[in-house]
Amino acid sequence: MQIPIEYYLILSAALFITGVIGVLIRRNAIMVFMCIELMLNSANLTLVTFSSYLGNSIGQLFVFFVMAVAAAEASVGLAIIIALFRNKLTVNIDEINIFKW
Amino acid sequence: MSLVAVLFIVFGLISLTSAILMVTRVNLVVSALFLIVNFASLAGLYLTLNAQFIAVAQVIVYAGAIMVFFLFVIMLINPEHEKRFLEYKPQIKIFAIVIAVLIFLQIAYIIFLSKPSGKLNKEVSQSISAGTIEEIGRQMFINYVLPFEAVGYLLLAAAIGALVLAKKKFK
Amino acid sequence: MIDLIYLAVLLPLIGFLVNGIFGSRIKNEKVIGLIGSGAIGLAFLVVAGAFLQTLSLPVDQRTNYVELFTWIKAGGLHINAAYQVDQLSLVMGLIVTGVGFIIHVYSIGYMHGDKSVWRFFAYLNLFIFAMMNLILADNFVLMFLGWEGVGLCSYLLIGFWYDKPFEKSTTSAAGMKAFVVNRIGDVGFLLGMFLIYLTFNSLNFTDVFARASSFDVPGSVFTLITLFLFIGATGKSAQIPLFVWLPDAMAGPTPVSALIHAATMVTAGVYMIARTSLLYAMAPTTMMIVAVIGVFTAFFAATIGLVQNDIKKVLAYSTISQLGYMFLAMGVGAFSAGIFHLMTHAFFKALLFLGAGSVIHSMHAQQDIRYFGGLKKYMPVTYGTFLVAAFAISGIPPFSGFFSKDEILWYSYTNVGFFFWLLGAITAVLTAFYIFRIHFLTFNGTPRFDEKRTHPHESPKVMTIPLIILAVLSAVGGFIGIPEIFSGENGNVFSTWLAPVFKAAELKLSYFGSYSHFEELLFMSISVVGAIAGILTARYIYLSKPEIAESTARKYGRVYKILLNKYYIDEVYESTVVKPIINGSKSFLWKMFDVKLIDGFVNGLAGSVSNASKYLRKLQTGVVQLYALVMIVGILLALFWVILSL
Repeated sequence: MQIPIEYYLILSAALFITGVIGVLIRRNAIMVFMCIELMLNSANLTLVTFSSYLGNSIGQLFVFFVMAVAAAEASVGLAIIIALFRNKLTVNIDEINIFKW
Repeated sequence: MSLVAVLFIVFGLISLTSAILMVTRVNLVVSALFLIVNFASLAGLYLTLNAQFIAVAQVIVYAGAIMVFFLFVIMLINPEHEKRFLEYKPQIKIFAIVIAVLIFLQIAYIIFLSKPSGKLNKEVSQSISAGTIEEIGRQMFINYVLPFEAVGYLLLAAAIGALVLAKKKFK
Repeated sequence: MIDLIYLAVLLPLIGFLVNGIFGSRIKNEKVIGLIGSGAIGLAFLVVAGAFLQTLSLPVDQRTNYVELFTWIKAGGLHINAAYQVDQLSLVMGLIVTGVGFIIHVYSIGYMHGDKSVWRFFAYLNLFIFAMMNLILADNFVLMFLGWEGVGLCSYLLIGFWYDKPFEKSTTSAAGMKAFVVNRIGDVGFLLGMFLIYLTFNSLNFTDVFARASSFDVPGSVFTLITLFLFIGATGKSAQIPLFVWLPDAMAGPTPVSALIHAATMVTAGVYMIARTSLLYAMAPTTMMIVAVIGVFTAFFAATIGLVQNDIKKVLAYSTISQLGYMFLAMGVGAFSAGIFHLMTHAFFKALLFLGAGSVIHSMHAQQDIRYFGGLKKYMPVTYGTFLVAAFAISGIPPFSGFFSKDEILWYSYTNVGFFFWLLGAITAVLTAFYIFRIHFLTFNGTPRFDEKRTHPHESPKVMTIPLIILAVLSAVGGFIGIPEIFSGENGNVFSTWLAPVFKAAELKLSYFGSYSHFEELLFMSISVVGAIAGILTARYIYLSKPEIAESTARKYGRVYKILLNKYYIDEVYESTVVKPIINGSKSFLWKMFDVKLIDGFVNGLAGSVSNASKYLRKLQTGVVQLYALVMIVGILLALFWVILSL
């Protein structure tokens, strides 16, 4: 295989940073959530890359677990967003500042 | 140029473009659809890495189940469109982007400095056998059966939790 | 039995714990009394057993040590919980547990019907526990534990009827006074202990005394150590200038006065000097001070006792006066005579107090002798025993007080000088006078109370039997210390028994001078005649011609008033010590130092923090993305660090 591992890693990092930027600049809670999913996936890509390049299946197993956890997280997170929306009638996280002193 | 290299370039470009588009679109539904594209292209990248099982799981779990869930919630809530990029607190946003890009540069620097490719003597056959369902299943049900069970309970708890959180309060 | 001596300490503690913890649930007074006095009775048996065993040993093996466990070990300081069983501690132990037991039994009757008998017996047992520690300790620290313990019990017991008024304030105020005055003395004791450790690098009696003789220590250090210890002794044993607490200590129930403020606790100072007699022997200046303070206290307290009308108050001043005798004995180097007087005094003073308690008990808490009179026919046993005690304290032969007091007076003449003897003898006359004054006013003459409303009666057996036992002891207790002119060489059993303890100290002192038997007999007869004269004067004034008392009081109105008001010592202390401290604390320490400085600092700190947070908390916007941004900046910096370390 001719592709050096660095390319995969750089691609993964780029996706990750895209996710980070999304988390930081988008104001919609659902959008922030989707960016987090993107970041998770970029990490998955790293895991699979190393697993493949090391010829070791445990990295891929880990990705499987990450997926399961991501599914759980998404379901609970979206449920929270729905509950929040019911109370505040918004999902704009600038306006949800109940963490404020 | 081998097929693998071509596939890598194609899927890599698709994933990167769709990710950027996802972050920048104002309409949430459009963003979600671009995310699905991104996930699908990631599945393609997994295939170039000989990870068949994960590629399939990626399509089914992420692009299928989770993203449908997201779309469902977006349409249920139907939030108003966000303001344009520069309309609201542009300084902070630009600062955030600068910081994020700096981190990217750092990571890239670290990756090229440490030169991981020189240290990996990779056999293709090993990589193929590592990605088979057989091998992953063996690992999962022999060495990692306890985490597997735990994840099952985690999903159950998440399902119940989501139900409790999202249901209407009856009096 | 010597090895079991710790039981004599442990049993009172057990009694205290049982009565203190379960006492409120034991409804039966008799059971409580039985536990309380039983514990002391058993302790007495243990001490008596140890005494008999020691008696059977040869003289040079009579000092034994019982080590229990290591108490404090820090650097070079090594303190064991260990008990020293020798002649002196055994004598003291017998007095404390023996007299203590009798008083416990008496208390069963006296405290009958009180709402918290269990508390009373618990405190009494705790007191005996502390006192036994004080006596048996083989080092200064354990002694100090007992020293503080008796002070605490004294406070608890004086304020036992905490809700009762006493003189101008309450009994708890009297308890507080005792506690505070004792504490002043304790500071002296502590300083003495520090200095001892600094000088001899040990707090163990044996080591300290051995090093006191062998180390080359300047005499001034000994003077300083012994002076500090003596300040402690004046606090505990109510000597000038720290005696003011003892008269007020009469606020407690009468058995407390008998046990603590007459027979045992106040003797702690005397015992301590006797125990450290070697150190005192090396500090002649201190010895002189002790003797002077002792004799003046004796005289001074006796003069106050002449005119007081509260029966317990007279006895209290009498106690101070007798303690002055003991300190005089210590000061003139007659250590065994002092301990001897301590013992006889424990007998007759306990008896006097218990007799007074019996009178007060039957007169429904009336304590003023002006409202007694003619009680002889109502309470014959109390009358008889009180008379024995009065003879004993007056020094009429052959009652016990005669032997001990005369020994002290004789030594004060031979060892120091005529002036001390004279003052002591005058005090003896005064003692005979005031004690018979209250005796005649209480038991003889015509009743001065309303016989229709008050019906005096003899106390129950549980109270009279202790009186009889103490009366027998007061009468015959002196025979173990018959002076050598009557009994021959080594005929004084008591001082022969104690001699090994004081041998080292007496060698250091070595008073010379020979005195003829005629001189001794002459001085003896003078004091006896003086005592008899005092008794007869009292009889003449208070039985035959009561008007003389009044006319004399009127004639010397100013003197009478000064005496009645106890030389205004309390008032002087109040205006020179207490008031300035209170005022200084109020106006400077409280309103200036505490409010302005301490509070200002604390409030200022809090204020500046809250001011700063007014701005800092703006950072807590509640916007999650801002938090995330800050976190990512942190990651950026952390990655820089990673890169730099690659």
